[in-house]
Amino acid sequence: MAPMTWPQDQWRFRILSTLVLIISIAWTAFSRVSPDAVSGNSQAASPREGFLAPDFTLDLLEGGQVTLSDLRGQVVMVNLWASWCPPCRAEMPAIEKVYRSYKDLGLVVLGVNTTFQDSESGASAFVNQYGLTFPIPLDRDGSVSSRYALRALPTTFFIDREGVIRSVVVGGPMSEALIQSKVEDLLKSAH
Amino acid sequence: MFPYLRIGPFLLQTPGLALLAGVWIGSSLVEKEARRLSLNAAAIYNLIFYGLVAGIVGARLGYAARYLSVYLANPLSFLSLNTNTLSVSDGLLIGAIVAVFYGQRKKLPLRPTLDALTPGLAAFMVALGVAHFLSGDAFGTPSRLPWSIYLWTEYRHPWQIYETLAALIVFLFIRKRPYGLTGDGLIFLLFVALSAFARVLLEPFRGDSAITAVGFRSTQVISLILLAGSLGLLDHWLRSGQRKSTTPEVNQNGLDQTSPRGNMVDKG
Repeated sequence: MAPMTWPQDQWRFRILSTLVLIISIAWTAFSRVSPDAVSGNSQAASPREGFLAPDFTLDLLEGGQVTLSDLRGQVVMVNLWASWCPPCRAEMPAIEKVYRSYKDLGLVVLGVNTTFQDSESGASAFVNQYGLTFPIPLDRDGSVSSRYALRALPTTFFIDREGVIRSVVVGGPMSEALIQSKVEDLLKSAH
Repeated sequence: MFPYLRIGPFLLQTPGLALLAGVWIGSSLVEKEARRLSLNAAAIYNLIFYGLVAGIVGARLGYAARYLSVYLANPLSFLSLNTNTLSVSDGLLIGAIVAVFYGQRKKLPLRPTLDALTPGLAAFMVALGVAHFLSGDAFGTPSRLPWSIYLWTEYRHPWQIYETLAALIVFLFIRKRPYGLTGDGLIFLLFVALSAFARVLLEPFRGDSAITAVGFRSTQVISLILLAGSLGLLDHWLRSGQRKSTTPEVNQNGLDQTSPRGNMVDKG
């Protein structure tokens, strides 16, 4: 078989290039999305960036209940943790500090205790030890951890005012700067 | 999708491992190609190293610059290993600037250096596809095809597999050094053109594309511009190669800049 050679004349190359460009332009135009249909993935619920945060209702350690969808209009940080988890312990003071600084600006922190693999007494002692002032929902049956595809502790979801997850941090400990930068971004976004 | 691998107390990010493997394999290929092109392989290896280090540092500084007061109040956060506080675009820009600066300082010839870097870049693109597959990022649009995969609550195009396959085809094509091209930047341009063309074709099947106000996918438009630019430059370099082919020159790196290398030589 004869070896391949570069197109012998520049016109052949130019015709090929033009053809490729015409196909590309036509395909780009054909596959254009109608501006009315540009809604992204934010209508579906899934535990990843760009999707609606899966809704849940959980009992609170301090009594009462919380439903995530009731918090629309506020910036929500959902942190899944357990009292025996060292990185959870390490990052909790930073979360508490940021919560105190920004709660009046519209930040809600939900420190979801993964009670199915922890204990309520352990969670309670943890909250007292670190002086946590934000709500502590209890995931007793693991349903929320499952819906949020929890793979490692701690895991944190930063949710905007429309209920869409904007950032996910798996593992820890998160630095105060990381938490603050994520929260500031969301608080700045339009109401 | 297997984004994390827990080994004892350690949580390994598998996409990160795939990218690291891509950098490692890519660097080896670049070094090999640099030797083959009689370039200063050590200088090119250093160019990659400095570019990567500058890219990582630049990505963190770029992110921190946006939240300067936060980082000044917590200076230790500059050293955090968390990849969530890296600005990829800033990292790419700063890494590229440092690499170009280093290349100029070492007087590396532009076009042969670009050709030497190409196999590494092509290998890295394959690794990027694998990383996306592992993380579940760059997912496809909803579809009900026999090969659709269930991901993020819906059946979707396996876009990460399309991306990986396209990158693999480009990589294999480039490795074959089609038409005998090598050493004068044409392989690099061909790589850019093919990668951009693949992206133009595949982007509509991607589910998380950034879409402009008028409905065009940003990546598709950028790829179209890159495709047009690389084809135009390819045409220009081919013509200039043709003109030069009558007056052979040897540069200071001992590389004959006008040897055949598959330039569009009119063989009559």
